[in-house]
Amino acid sequence: MEAGSATGARRLARPEVTLHGLEPPPRGWLAWLTTTDHKKIGILYIATALVFMFLGGVEALVIRLQLAQPDSTLVNPETYNGLVTMHGTTMIFLFVIPLTAGFANYIVPLMIGARDMAFPRLNALSYWLTLFGGVAFYCSLFFDPPSAGWTMYAPLSDDLYSPGSGVDAWIFLIHLTGASTLIGAVNFVATIHNMRAPGMSWGRMPLFVWTILVWAYLIILAYPAIAAAVTMLLTDRHFGTSFFDATAGGDPLLWQHLFWFFGHPEVYILVLPAFGMISEILPVFARKPIFGYKAIAAATVAIAFLGMLVWAHHMFATPTATVVLAFFMLSSFTIAVPTGIKIFNWIATLWRGSIVYKTPLLFAAALPALFVIGGISGIQLAIFPVDWQLHDSYFVVAHFHYTIFGGGVFGLFAATYYWFPKMSGRLLSEGLGKVSFWLMFVGFNVTFLVQHSAGLTGMPRRVYDYDSELGVTAYNLISTVGSFILGVGVLLTAVNVVISLKSGKRAGHDPWRGNTLEWFTSSPPPPNNFDVIPRVRSVEPMKDIRREVAAAARPAETVSQPAAPRSL
Amino acid sequence: MRRALPSGPQRRLVLAALAGALLALLVAAPFAFADPLTPESGGGSQNAENIDRLYKITLYIGIAIFLIVEGTLLWALVRYRARRGAPEAAQIRGNTPLELGWTIGAALILVVLTVVTFIYLPDIENPPPSGPNGLRADQAQFASIDQPDPPRSGGPILRIEVNGQQFLWRYDYAGGDQLFTYHEMVVPTDTTVVLEVTATDVIHSWWIPKLGGKVDGVPGHVNETWFKVRAGREGIYTGQCAELCGAGHADMRARVRAVTPDEFESWAEDTRANIQAAGEELSEERKRRDASEGEEG
Repeated sequence: MEAGSATGARRLARPEVTLHGLEPPPRGWLAWLTTTDHKKIGILYIATALVFMFLGGVEALVIRLQLAQPDSTLVNPETYNGLVTMHGTTMIFLFVIPLTAGFANYIVPLMIGARDMAFPRLNALSYWLTLFGGVAFYCSLFFDPPSAGWTMYAPLSDDLYSPGSGVDAWIFLIHLTGASTLIGAVNFVATIHNMRAPGMSWGRMPLFVWTILVWAYLIILAYPAIAAAVTMLLTDRHFGTSFFDATAGGDPLLWQHLFWFFGHPEVYILVLPAFGMISEILPVFARKPIFGYKAIAAATVAIAFLGMLVWAHHMFATPTATVVLAFFMLSSFTIAVPTGIKIFNWIATLWRGSIVYKTPLLFAAALPALFVIGGISGIQLAIFPVDWQLHDSYFVVAHFHYTIFGGGVFGLFAATYYWFPKMSGRLLSEGLGKVSFWLMFVGFNVTFLVQHSAGLTGMPRRVYDYDSELGVTAYNLISTVGSFILGVGVLLTAVNVVISLKSGKRAGHDPWRGNTLEWFTSSPPPPNNFDVIPRVRSVEPMKDIRREVAAAARPAETVSQPAAPRSL
Repeated sequence: MRRALPSGPQRRLVLAALAGALLALLVAAPFAFADPLTPESGGGSQNAENIDRLYKITLYIGIAIFLIVEGTLLWALVRYRARRGAPEAAQIRGNTPLELGWTIGAALILVVLTVVTFIYLPDIENPPPSGPNGLRADQAQFASIDQPDPPRSGGPILRIEVNGQQFLWRYDYAGGDQLFTYHEMVVPTDTTVVLEVTATDVIHSWWIPKLGGKVDGVPGHVNETWFKVRAGREGIYTGQCAELCGAGHADMRARVRAVTPDEFESWAEDTRANIQAAGEELSEERKRRDASEGEEG
């Protein structure tokens, strides 16, 4: 008894943690289902985005097949409008955004030397919301897909003119992916603000992390507008409100203002991360530091800020006062300045470099080459009297594909080739990669360059058929041929990924001689990312580390001793 | 890869020739393909022609920028590729004067574009007076002269209310009597035609490329535009709805038939008479039916 109380007292004095059993970490598919690891979530995002890219790509090819010849009967007008709507929505909300989120998820914590995102469970929620948003949206294929265009202009999207439930599936998609993206954005802001490696001040943060931070803030500012707008559309459709119904005192233009208040920042949400990616990739392969680090970071912030002030340039043909049109023309002009700064800084980064021609470099260098075409046509479209002629024509289709595909997707492909070795431990095949790049580059230009001409000749967008006398038949045939070249190019990269996952060359920690911290850890990184985190002393910590290692490996600096006198 | 091309100076020559040919093609392209590069807007109305001019100015500035950017980019990519014996990469982190230079340069181009736009804008936006060979005030009953703010002094202006509906256009001519048509709008040449564009169901967009830019017809709003077909340019001008409006969007065509003012006069009289006759015929028929029903009853 006494002994018992003595041990009891000892127990009180020294509390123990009792472990009733050690749960083995889940394996197989359960590991993916329950993961909160930013790397696994990143890969889930990327895989999901690639599946939706395939769906959106097939839709695009059907659209191009339908338009290859006038009077084609491949699809009927309703189906065609559905295809256009699904293609646009898929590529924006289910391909580019999730793919960007995937890379950001995987790379940002590694780049800033963090163990994970700030809120790992929230991160998992983010991913699953996107997936289920996409699934809900694609389920509409089986009953009644939406067909009012990805811009879903009211009153066409209202219950009177779109009575089916496709628009509701679209609203559901926007709500789910919108919540996902917003939650993700908050997570990135918290992570980037608080979890950077010791010594990584704002001025030493990698440019990709800069763009993701700005991307996250843009999302937080822009997404609530679309969330509100689609909620209003939902109540208009089902609960008797009339926000957008002119016959009951509402206004269709309200939809356009709310939509584009989100929609234009969305364009920068799509391309800014790609700008950040190539700002990392170009210096690595030019073997040069990035030219004008501060200017590029500042230009990113400036583009985001100005991007919030230009939304009505999508509405130049609406009944709007000239002074308003002039304001939005000038605000759109100003974005050209920071964008131009970026393009010239990238070229200056290559200038006097020693450029190593690997596939990531090819995709990265194609980005400014293609984006500048979209930038120039963007300035033309910003001039509102000129836009009156070009608006809603194929010229606009060409313009936004040059910006979002040329500027965004080429950057994302560069990122795929650049970071695949880090994620899988294996390099993608260079041969297949280069063939894929050239097919994509040539196919892209063949597809979209002539669309400028089709638009200038008078072909509106979103038409399932065109007049054979309009003079756009040849342009459309060229464009269709190009789209299939482009499709083969994209497919080759997919094949490359599948083959290289099993049999690619082993990458090692740092196959490219990178500048940033993700190359400090193994490929793929261990669950905790880093066992030790180096102190960051510059914007290129890996360069510093390589220099230190080289210095340590060299024999200590010595001076040869003068020969001893013989006589001794 | 390397072995595919000859080595040394020969290789450089081949590359230089390729780059030169590409540049020459790019420079020559705008002249060879002037038509595919400019909007289909010449030969109709002067607002469309001014848009065309403004567009061409932006195109030339754009081509210059394109050549500068792509030229330097290509040059850097070719000249500074890693080779044996090539110099090490220069460790340059920036150059403030250079960066300031291209920032200011870009801003200056935009200032020029702004000035040019505002020079052209009034002629594109404001309807001019009708010409001397246009509709005459004494003969034109349907030309409403009581407009709130006449643009400039001159001949009467023809006002037409354009109403987009799934999937056709209706044109109501202003004036006392009923005069309206569907699909095809008939207008006199050398006369300023002001369009008041609206829509009854969903949003549509009025677009006849040769007669000026687009104007959206939005339910609950009236949007204005104008055109003036030159004397001697009588003919058919076609276009189509430019805002997705449903399944029939691609087939929602619009047609403007420009005729001389005299022809327009007679067309208007015929049409007005036809519409009136059709209406009277119907009411006659109703009266007859009522009367016969009355007899039976």
